[in-house]
Amino acid sequence: MNSTVFAPWEDPQAKPLIQFKNVTKRFGDFTAIDNLSLDIFEREFFALLGPSGCGKTTMMRMLAGFEKPTEGHIMLSGQDIDPVPPNKRAVNMMFQSYALFPHLNVWDNIAFGLRRDNMPKHDLEDRVEEMLRLTRLEKFARRKPHQISGGQRQRVALARSLAKAPKLLLLDEPLGALDKKLRQDTQFELMDIQEKTGTTFVIVTHDQEEAMTVASRVAVMDQGKLMQVATPDRIYENPNSVYVADFIGDVNIIEGRATAAVEGTYSIEWAEGQPPLTATSAASFGNGQACHLAIRPEKVTISAERPADAVNAVQGKVHDIAYLGNLSTYHVELPNGTIIKAQTANTRRISRRSFTWEDPVWLSWTATAAVLLAD
Amino acid sequence: MNRLSWFNTVSLTLGFAFLYIPMVILIIFSFNESKLVTVWAGFSTKWYGELMQNQAFLDAAWVTVRVAVFSSTLATILGTMAAYVMVRGGRFFGRTLFSGMIYAPLVMPEVITGLSLLLLFIGIGLDRGILTIVLAHTTFSMCYVSVVVSSRLVTFDQSLEEAALDLGCSPAQAFRLVTLPIIAPAVISGWLLAFTLSLDDLVIASFTSGPSATTLPIKIFSAVRLGVSPEINALSTIMIAVVTVGVITASLVSKRAMVRQRQEEQAAARTE
Repeated sequence: MNSTVFAPWEDPQAKPLIQFKNVTKRFGDFTAIDNLSLDIFEREFFALLGPSGCGKTTMMRMLAGFEKPTEGHIMLSGQDIDPVPPNKRAVNMMFQSYALFPHLNVWDNIAFGLRRDNMPKHDLEDRVEEMLRLTRLEKFARRKPHQISGGQRQRVALARSLAKAPKLLLLDEPLGALDKKLRQDTQFELMDIQEKTGTTFVIVTHDQEEAMTVASRVAVMDQGKLMQVATPDRIYENPNSVYVADFIGDVNIIEGRATAAVEGTYSIEWAEGQPPLTATSAASFGNGQACHLAIRPEKVTISAERPADAVNAVQGKVHDIAYLGNLSTYHVELPNGTIIKAQTANTRRISRRSFTWEDPVWLSWTATAAVLLAD
Repeated sequence: MNRLSWFNTVSLTLGFAFLYIPMVILIIFSFNESKLVTVWAGFSTKWYGELMQNQAFLDAAWVTVRVAVFSSTLATILGTMAAYVMVRGGRFFGRTLFSGMIYAPLVMPEVITGLSLLLLFIGIGLDRGILTIVLAHTTFSMCYVSVVVSSRLVTFDQSLEEAALDLGCSPAQAFRLVTLPIIAPAVISGWLLAFTLSLDDLVIASFTSGPSATTLPIKIFSAVRLGVSPEINALSTIMIAVVTVGVITASLVSKRAMVRQRQEEQAAARTE
């Protein structure tokens, strides 16, 4: 096993490839990017994730050079690139619509950027053939874009943007137009190509599953601000805000008031007549401070009897069941009306399911399962 | 094939008769043996032969063709540039005013356009001749070109130009290598439109032409005032033939391109 984990963002000596330095971008009165600072390192596969209108596409367009920051600077390899026009940047972009040139065939589309650099004919041919091999398009080289399928067009767009061996490749919702199955295959293909070429990728997406699958780090954005920048597992397991917890995956949020118990452990008063819940937290909370407890449904155990050793256990009845084939999500209603979701793997056939509608059940989770959040 | 109802048959017949009977009569009488236009005296092609001997008509035809080629080319260049700025220029100051003003010559009476150009040419002391007709025709036909081209540019995916910039093109290269080849059909049809407009313009040309240069429509018009001759019929028939061949060719070419593209897209969808 390779023992050195790829994590340049944890190395204080590492020099970032891209730096956003207090970048603000306004369109008239609308602030698209709000005083944002961010470092992206070489060979990273970095995902900008957020709902539409959060500013992720504006960030990408500023990296490509189609927009200029209103305030602040963007550095590429330590050089301020704000005055550099898009055609002079060592940055290439794969467009959401693919933007393949309809009057050129696949081969000429891929060669387009290389021709602008006046690359010698022989080298150019070698490079195009290499790109065709990388994206498995050898058979389609002489076809026009409208003569190939959507998945093939996506690969042509990728090959064209990689042909110039950019320092940085930008991908704008690259898989949005593909159907789910093809999208999943293509995600792994993208990761494979990113590793093979060693190019830094920045991907913009609104699909959290896609971001989690492909990226080394994910930036969750909202209203022109970065909410959290971390590895996919940290974003999922340790969200730093209710927004991030809610945006990534499914989550139960319980509001309450924290009281410090033993070292690093808090008890949370959350409902009249219910025993307090227990959760560990690295962040400190004052006594009686309002807090939110975020628990992932798959970390909640559902059972008929109260588990003897459970730290947190609440009783309720099954309100609804969402059957997803491999998983089932139980919506359990507590006496005070709160709905808690619990997810279990369907290891047995559905006819042998233990619980059904209106069954009284116990929900339980450990002290470390939940994340305690201030807002 | 559906059979037409009697009502539709009558409408179709009436409509097309209304449109084409005058032209058909003109074509028939161009092959008339007799010198009298209204009396049929047997089939002959002698008026076509005489037309080829008529130096005045040949000179006027040559002037007309040169004027049409130069003015439509100039109008296409200027009209395309104007359309590009209007559609792509973003929200610059006075844009709404400019884009409204570009359409104004479409509705301006030709007499007024002709008169104002005449005053301008006299004012700057430009001798009337081929140059002034070319300038005048460019002026009134460039707005037609810009209408045709801008309607194509509106549906043009701007990310294609951004992709060209991203891959290392200067803005001028992006236009030449990507935008222009893609909007070429619209530019060509704009050119054809300007060409035909110039070819059959009488009013503006008569204001801006001089003794040194007369266009075919002016020649025909003044000849007809002395009486319609079978020679004029022959000349008009040739013009009808040229225009018909041009229009049919253009529509066949674009239809075949469309059918082929649809077939290829269906084939691509099947392999998906």
